[in-house]
Amino acid sequence: MDAATATQDTAFQAIIELADDCLILGHRLSEWCGHAPVLEEELALANMGLDLLGQARALYAHAGEIEGKGRSEDDLAFLRRERDYRNCLLVERRNGDFAATMLRQLYFSAFMQPFWRAVAASSNDEILRGIAAKAEKEMAYHLRHSGEWVIRMGDGTEESASRMADAVTELHRYTGELFLASPARADAIAAGLLPDPDSLRTEWDRTIASVFAAAHLTIPEVRVPQKGGRDGRHGEDMGHLLAELQFMQRAYPGMSW
Amino acid sequence: MSAPIEASPPDAAGKIVDLELARALEAASAVPDPEVPCVTVADLGILRSVDRDADGAIVVRLTPTYSGCPAVIAIEMAVETALLEAGIDARIERIIAPAWTTDWISAEGREKLRAYGIAPPVGASGGRRAFFAEDVIACPRCGSSATSKISEFGSTACKAHHRCDDCAEPFDYFKCI
Repeated sequence: MDAATATQDTAFQAIIELADDCLILGHRLSEWCGHAPVLEEELALANMGLDLLGQARALYAHAGEIEGKGRSEDDLAFLRRERDYRNCLLVERRNGDFAATMLRQLYFSAFMQPFWRAVAASSNDEILRGIAAKAEKEMAYHLRHSGEWVIRMGDGTEESASRMADAVTELHRYTGELFLASPARADAIAAGLLPDPDSLRTEWDRTIASVFAAAHLTIPEVRVPQKGGRDGRHGEDMGHLLAELQFMQRAYPGMSW
Repeated sequence: MSAPIEASPPDAAGKIVDLELARALEAASAVPDPEVPCVTVADLGILRSVDRDADGAIVVRLTPTYSGCPAVIAIEMAVETALLEAGIDARIERIIAPAWTTDWISAEGREKLRAYGIAPPVGASGGRRAFFAEDVIACPRCGSSATSKISEFGSTACKAHHRCDDCAEPFDYFKCI
């Protein structure tokens, strides 16, 4: 195995963090089904959610193989307890309005697009490089779509601008966690499996600054940054999300379509 | 820049000697995409190779277009079925590296898309693009380049939604990735 230099457990945990980010945000986007403001955005939200679920599946399957205990992508996605999910807090935040959903997507994709590019260029794990090369293109699309909406709404009507400003106040404090490395992640970085998320800070800052300038939004000063998801400490929204996400497998164990 | 499909190596006279493998390649190549049935999996470049493994078994390698493309399993089953119908027992493998790109859609595939009413991808795949950047997409019906993007996301993961400002026809655009 290419990831042999990282310990099995470290590599498993580090990949699970990425998979959980994708699964949880993908699930959040799927909650918009039937509720989007216009048909085109209904399709866009479902499409972006589908990309993220596809990335999550590939990552879970790979993590399960590294772990070597026979757990499938479904076992990992549906049959863990809340404390075992290692997604960052940003992705589990409730959808709020369309402004908050698009801003969350911008924050996430402005990080993940360069992140996957770095994985594709430098990871010593061939499977991860393959997943990353595809995911990078998908995230470039999400970044463009969400960035355009943040600009449109920030630079739009009084109502849209105020909603986008509220979303910034609500969500900006969760962005710092994207750049932190958990102990498992730090090991995976040292082993050459993943890039250091902190090295992507400058690019993320630049992307957000350029979108905010065009959207007439101000980058807020965050006094109390929120973190904890990488240690399995989640906000109150997470339990509700998992209750719905896991319902079928909890109620009918082992059921398949 | 069509996808490299590996068949068995031809002999000195350039003739393919492994007839079963040649038939497998032919059968697999003819399978239509379930969501865009005007093109085959070979036209799209998602059929990566048909060859024999070390034990002599026929292996067909396919790659997904998008990570979450719901047609992946349907495509794998369709290829397996087509091979069984041709009397060939083959193993289907899903490969993810290198990642699929629209650059692998063959020239013939692009023309089939256009004739079907789907504008083929414009230019070579790239990374990040500017906000609000608009590509010039020619209308697949009337050929006019006066077209507008309606939505970045269309009826399937691989398509965007556009409209012709001249003939007023809405159309799908096969996104360039």
